[in-house]
Amino acid sequence: MRNIITVKDMCLWYGEHQALKNVNIEIPEKSITAFIGPSGCGKSTFLKSLNRMNDLIPGVKITGELRYEGADIYAKGVDVNNLRKEIGMVFQKPNPFPMSVYDNVAYGPRTHGISNKLQLDEIVEKALRDAAIWDELKDRLKKNALGLSGGQQQRLCIARALAVQPRILLMDEPTSALDPISTSRIEELVMELKEEYTIVMVTHNMQQAVRVSDYTAFFLLGELVEFGKTDDIFSQPKDKRTEDYITGRFG
Amino acid sequence: MFLMMGLIAVGCVLLITVYLLISGVPAICEIGPINFLFGTKWASTAAEPKYGILPFVLTSIYGTAGAILLGVPIGFMSAVYLSKLASPRLKSVMQSAVSLLAGIPSVVYGLVGMLVLVPGIRKLFNVPDGASLFAAIIVLAIMILPSIIKMSVTALDAVPKEYEDASLALGARPIETYFRVSVPAAKSGIAAAVVLGVGRAIGEAMAVMMVAGNVPNMPDSLFQSVRFLTTAVSSEMAYSSGLQRQALFSIALVLFVFIMLINAVLNFLLKREKE
Repeated sequence: MRNIITVKDMCLWYGEHQALKNVNIEIPEKSITAFIGPSGCGKSTFLKSLNRMNDLIPGVKITGELRYEGADIYAKGVDVNNLRKEIGMVFQKPNPFPMSVYDNVAYGPRTHGISNKLQLDEIVEKALRDAAIWDELKDRLKKNALGLSGGQQQRLCIARALAVQPRILLMDEPTSALDPISTSRIEELVMELKEEYTIVMVTHNMQQAVRVSDYTAFFLLGELVEFGKTDDIFSQPKDKRTEDYITGRFG
Repeated sequence: MFLMMGLIAVGCVLLITVYLLISGVPAICEIGPINFLFGTKWASTAAEPKYGILPFVLTSIYGTAGAILLGVPIGFMSAVYLSKLASPRLKSVMQSAVSLLAGIPSVVYGLVGMLVLVPGIRKLFNVPDGASLFAAIIVLAIMILPSIIKMSVTALDAVPKEYEDASLALGARPIETYFRVSVPAAKSGIAAAVVLGVGRAIGEAMAVMMVAGNVPNMPDSLFQSVRFLTTAVSSEMAYSSGLQRQALFSIALVLFVFIMLINAVLNFLLKREKE
């Protein structure tokens, strides 16, 4: 399997505090990689470094090498907007814009210069179908997205992210604010999406990592402790700390 | 005890409303509502007095509209800049400056307008008298800036950061994000800011009296010397009597109705903002 993201010796500081220490990882294409670890271990921070959403936080300093398709993500002159178009993101709390379902999904394509109505209609339908929410929402495209249920809102956010045709989808605990039924629908959806997209997902929930992911990375105190096939990590962890964590001894 | 204190404010509003109605309505009846509201000539001290207040009504409307046209774009853009782009330090400095602008007494605006703006307009546009509708519009536009900026900044600051993050994560540029996501999300707050500005502009008396020329002309041109509803009341009150005095109360009543309408719109917008 080809690696779409490679990270070498990456460190990250928030001011004086070092949040990530020498992270090395290679993320395979068209697969689901889960980041697990206790709160504050740096997994979300690492995720947000991949599409440079950390740029928005003052005082962040990053060293080391992060490459997407071989190109340095943090090189001078990188078009951040284009990078974020290729590497999309779904947030912890569903955050649809306070506008119609249609406008939510069409927001990204419009940003990137598509204004033809027919073309937009097509993109919106495809994105909503891909996010498995077309049947529920096709008659409510003009309704305000804030009126949807939490689970629907999150799938709408996934559709919105898919509408700009990213290669990678970063998901930051996408189900932590949802009920169990919505959670399982999102999990099913994510497993379908890996046919076309690379999914990188932060999760608090180890069962979720086992259920959906192909690869798992375990973070602890800013270190990437162990990374490998999900089956291996959970059946025969190499590191004592990983074993302690997955058997529930802390965290 | 506390209830009593609260009732004082409510009582004042009621008292003023009732008093204005009692003292304002008779003159309107005597002059005739049509003649009063749509009469184009105000000559209260002439041998055959005329009490048409259309010049004042139109001046107030034009003046306010002009101030909004000029002040809103400036105020709105400043608010977007302050809320989204300015560094925290610059933001706090500029916000104190804006608060200071709000604290300047209106007579000072009038004075500065009289000494700087009026001669400036006379020279720049080569008109006989700089004291004009145009001067009043500029002064009013500056006077409404603080309320527009402050309220818009509050509305824009309240936009959840998640919306902006979502937009940026889709590859939208920051500026694009502010105008396509933040501003629409804050639109009722910004609209309320504009309405508040309208209220300020229409109710202002002192500054416009000093720069607008205070002559009861129809506002046919920007450089006409004009009189506003507010100044129509204040400039004749001291020496008025009889029907003239009653007519002044009627003008105040008309102004009062305008401001009540604006307040109703403002309340409606603020209520919607909450939802």
